[in-house]
Amino acid sequence: MCEVGEDYAGPAPGEPPSTPRPGREQKCVKCKEGPPVVVIRAGDAFCRDCFKALYVHKFRAMLGKNRLIFPGEKVLLAWSGGPSSSSMVWQVLEGLSQDSAKKLRFVPGVIFVDEGAACGQSPEDRAKTLAEVKLILQTVGFPWHVVALEEVFNLTPSVLRCSARESSGAKGAYKAAVDSFLQQQHNLGADSNISPAQGEEQLDLPQTQAPLGPAEFPTASQTEALSRLFDSAKTLTAKEELLQTLRTHLILHVARIHGYSKVMTGDSCTRLAIKLMTNLALGRGAFLAWDTGFSDERHGDVVIVRPMRDHTLKEVAFYNRLFAVPSVFTPAVDTKAPEKASIHRLMEAFILRLQTQFPSTVSTVYRTSEKLVKAPREGCAASLSGPHCLLCMCALDIDTNDSATAFGAQTSLRLSQTSQTEAGMAIPSCCTADKGQDQSCCRVACRREDPSASVSEQLCYGCRVTMKDLPSPDTLPPYILAEAQLRSQRAWVMQEIQEYLIEDSDNEADTVQS
Amino acid sequence: MAAPLSVEVEFGGGAELLFDGVKKHQVTLPGQEEPWDIRNLLVWIKKNLLKERPELFLQGDSVRPGILVLINDADWELLGELDYQLQDQDSVLFISTLHGG
Repeated sequence: MCEVGEDYAGPAPGEPPSTPRPGREQKCVKCKEGPPVVVIRAGDAFCRDCFKALYVHKFRAMLGKNRLIFPGEKVLLAWSGGPSSSSMVWQVLEGLSQDSAKKLRFVPGVIFVDEGAACGQSPEDRAKTLAEVKLILQTVGFPWHVVALEEVFNLTPSVLRCSARESSGAKGAYKAAVDSFLQQQHNLGADSNISPAQGEEQLDLPQTQAPLGPAEFPTASQTEALSRLFDSAKTLTAKEELLQTLRTHLILHVARIHGYSKVMTGDSCTRLAIKLMTNLALGRGAFLAWDTGFSDERHGDVVIVRPMRDHTLKEVAFYNRLFAVPSVFTPAVDTKAPEKASIHRLMEAFILRLQTQFPSTVSTVYRTSEKLVKAPREGCAASLSGPHCLLCMCALDIDTNDSATAFGAQTSLRLSQTSQTEAGMAIPSCCTADKGQDQSCCRVACRREDPSASVSEQLCYGCRVTMKDLPSPDTLPPYILAEAQLRSQRAWVMQEIQEYLIEDSDNEADTVQS
Repeated sequence: MAAPLSVEVEFGGGAELLFDGVKKHQVTLPGQEEPWDIRNLLVWIKKNLLKERPELFLQGDSVRPGILVLINDADWELLGELDYQLQDQDSVLFISTLHGG
């Protein structure tokens, strides 16, 4: 996919470039024969068949180039019902049914998270949506899981802990795995033996509806608790971030209990470009590589993979229309929200508007995101050793000595102090400590009385900003509060016995990589 | 002088929410002095079909960025975008790409 042509000799900034519009008389730029039906990028018109070939090729190339998905691996496809994830599921479906040489080789499952309670949908609408969803899932034929977002109230704190996974080893490991898989297939006889076995396997696997509980539908109290949580969020930005966090935790949990080692999400090129800019505005600049890259290994044993990141929303919409890919429309928290309702909406409007005048905007941002490198701090790989954010599980980037990030720390301290004085309690005298540990010392004692401070200081800067818009952390699901409590207690104990520990190396978190 | 035209206007991808949830509309555009092009069609849609929140569908002269327009299953960029002149029995499809993922 040579993109040399895109480095246009730009017009003066501020002037939209006058790209010659391709007309119907033109032929497809690839095969030069068929009538063009869609224009991709700036001025490349493709006919239907060439477009399909390009689309499928992009998907395969993205998976093949990154060599992360091993043959026979269980992969969970996160399907929201929307166009991009539906397209992804369809690509996997078609890819698995191809002839042996080009067949995709992993074992898929599909998960659908019902977020109706967060969006304020009525139970009847939710039931209707679920019926459509199940219909499509049955057509697709993979083992599927339909989970309501209310299930987050049943989660245990273990979902917030990154578990180490067996590392996939050297570069040769992928090729070796593929070779041995092919050898296995060959030994088992003709390829036709494999496909019906797989098909039977799919039928035998339980089509679980509610993996976390016996009840089919969430209880009314859970729905109400979830609605309360989302209604208490003061801004739409916080709502969207919270929704994303809870959804990720839920999908992680389902992946772990069913043995999926990879999760595929349908984030498209356009969405990732918008996400990159949005995350910068949200204070998550340190984690851009994980949030927008192809693979996201921050959870340890389950890796999140984004195979659709090379496809623009336009290509996805065209493909779905031209090749009848089924999808379900579900309203979201930001449906019909005005343009300035949240940072996400604002950034979306900004990028899309810029894109109409400068058609290489999205691809430029995308290519920038490809260049982002996941730099581990102080050389520790995947930093399982350092502290991690409670919600997003990225390595904590707060440094109390660094003035920029200390802002968040001070805010939480102030919060705990004001809430204590409101409660009529005197601030403990331990706050006048002389050592450099005074901030943490003060936090330690205050922490026990103030849950919001104990949650806030376990968070990275971006998550703290989100949490500020939630007036009280009590509405959060219990697993988050429990884990926050556990971590702060552990930190307190660590501090207490610090002087008795034999330290082998100074774990300075001060050397911030910038 | 343009004769009355019968076209099918369809909405997808969430755009139908602005039109009472109805996806397909068979419309008859009245005869008028100037020929019917997409620009005029959009004005007509705003006046007659759009039920709420015009700023979520239209922006100025054209559709909001993020809404794709297909005319007879082909990209409108190939046909002249706003200046394409409608023919009888054409099918115009507006897909919103802004919703969902």
